[in-house]
Amino acid sequence: MIRPLALGAVIGLAVSGAMATYFYLQSNGLNEAELETARTLSLATLRAVPADPSNMVADNPAAIALGEALFNEVGLSANGAVSCATCHVESRQFQDDLALSKGIGTTSRRAMPLRGVGHALWLFWDGRKDSLWAQALGPLESAVEHGFTRSEVAGYIAAHYREPYENLFGPLPAQNTNPASPLGTAAQQAAWAALSAEQQDQINRIFANTGKAIAAFERTLLPLENRFDRYVSALLAGQAPTGEAALTQLEIDGFKIFAGKGACVNCHNGPRLTDEFFHNTGVASPQNPVVDFGRLEALAQVEADEFNCLGPYSDAAPAQCGTLRFMSRGEHLFERAFKSPSLRGVADRPPYMHAGQLATLPLVIEHYNRAMPSISGHTELEPLGLTTEEKAALLAFLKVL
Amino acid sequence: MKKIFAILGILVLAAAAFVAFKMFQPIPDDLDLATTRATDNGHFMVTVSPENAAYQRNTLHTWIVEITTPDGAPIEGGEILIDGGMPQHGHGLPTNPLMTETLGEGRYKIEGVRFNMRGWWELKLAIVAGEISDNITFNLVMK
Repeated sequence: MIRPLALGAVIGLAVSGAMATYFYLQSNGLNEAELETARTLSLATLRAVPADPSNMVADNPAAIALGEALFNEVGLSANGAVSCATCHVESRQFQDDLALSKGIGTTSRRAMPLRGVGHALWLFWDGRKDSLWAQALGPLESAVEHGFTRSEVAGYIAAHYREPYENLFGPLPAQNTNPASPLGTAAQQAAWAALSAEQQDQINRIFANTGKAIAAFERTLLPLENRFDRYVSALLAGQAPTGEAALTQLEIDGFKIFAGKGACVNCHNGPRLTDEFFHNTGVASPQNPVVDFGRLEALAQVEADEFNCLGPYSDAAPAQCGTLRFMSRGEHLFERAFKSPSLRGVADRPPYMHAGQLATLPLVIEHYNRAMPSISGHTELEPLGLTTEEKAALLAFLKVL
Repeated sequence: MKKIFAILGILVLAAAAFVAFKMFQPIPDDLDLATTRATDNGHFMVTVSPENAAYQRNTLHTWIVEITTPDGAPIEGGEILIDGGMPQHGHGLPTNPLMTETLGEGRYKIEGVRFNMRGWWELKLAIVAGEISDNITFNLVMK
């Protein structure tokens, strides 16, 4: 009586085991859950760039053309030598390969690559801007980047881009081009304070529209297909990934670490490989005693920004500003929290982290593996206990992205 | 013959266990995914439903909360505070959802919910109606 039962159990197990193994091999080494995760990370699931109701020219072809010209315009800088493209170099994934970017001076953070940026919910490493157009205004007035002022931007637009500007936004008022800005040097701030409210508003409007045109161009910069996308596309089409779509076993093993033991996929998820949110991972300050509290300090900045979605220069109705209206203010979460960057093309653009603190990918993997405590605030990381083989596989996978 | 069967059985068991281990995500099997539940102290029956059931990861979405007494009488004039997060990751919601509208007949609108990761999320509601307050935690799985 017992023996047939045992035999039946063995045969049953053998059949189920064989079926599972068959499926496992069929999907080229990925089980069902891993294949589903892979699908969610592939470019095939990337939706169209979401509408930006705060920017009425976000998808206007004339604005895109104007924005491209302005993106490359060195005239919008104090020394006539700095443009957006200085730090966002097209041939280098729209970044500059530097730990700290160099404009007029040296910035305190790393330039982010731009492909896919139209999908970002928050801009800058700390999310102190809630739209791409508001972000574009920041570097123009930063003393260490373009070193310009909003009044000079308005003047330059009137002098050099009057026709395309007026075609999009209507007649330009006469401009006073003395350097004036509420954010500039003492002299620039004094010049700003001396302007009438109407003059300030006119300048702000031209300044905001400049950002809106640049944003329209940046929205057209889309992520490029990588080897992982081709691999997943082949699997989803029921084909064996071959040639350019094939991954090595080491790379496939690395994906499994990425999606499993390494927990990378928690924050680097979706087709952009980012959750568009902020996390403290215990990354050290670039050099002591530099203190950078990240997202914590940005909460008040984005709320107070006159160029945010709810501000007078936004084209959105308040109900369309959900990202800002429902912004999380959990201060305890955000001390030294920085945005999860997209990992597309990551192996080709060291150094890593918000100030380029880690020079190589092996250092990055070791950072996550060890999970050191944060200098202040609390790291979200737990030690991973990866073996050398697992680290090598993860590294191989990151190079596929 | 017996030995061969035994060895074969153990091997197959090991293979099946390995595949099963790899196949299942660590979301608990017995997670209560009911969207209509009694609050912790039994004061209210609460139903939550997304305004658009096809909400996607990292998009803001709206939820409708329906609150009744245990007997099914709608609770009017209630207030809802929202919290939540991922118990397996130890973090909260990436947004600050708010009750933005009272829809009548015990129904309330919650705006600003966003899930930035796949997996098991908790949506915790603190409900205050007159003198009575009670809490309820719903489980959701973001695919």
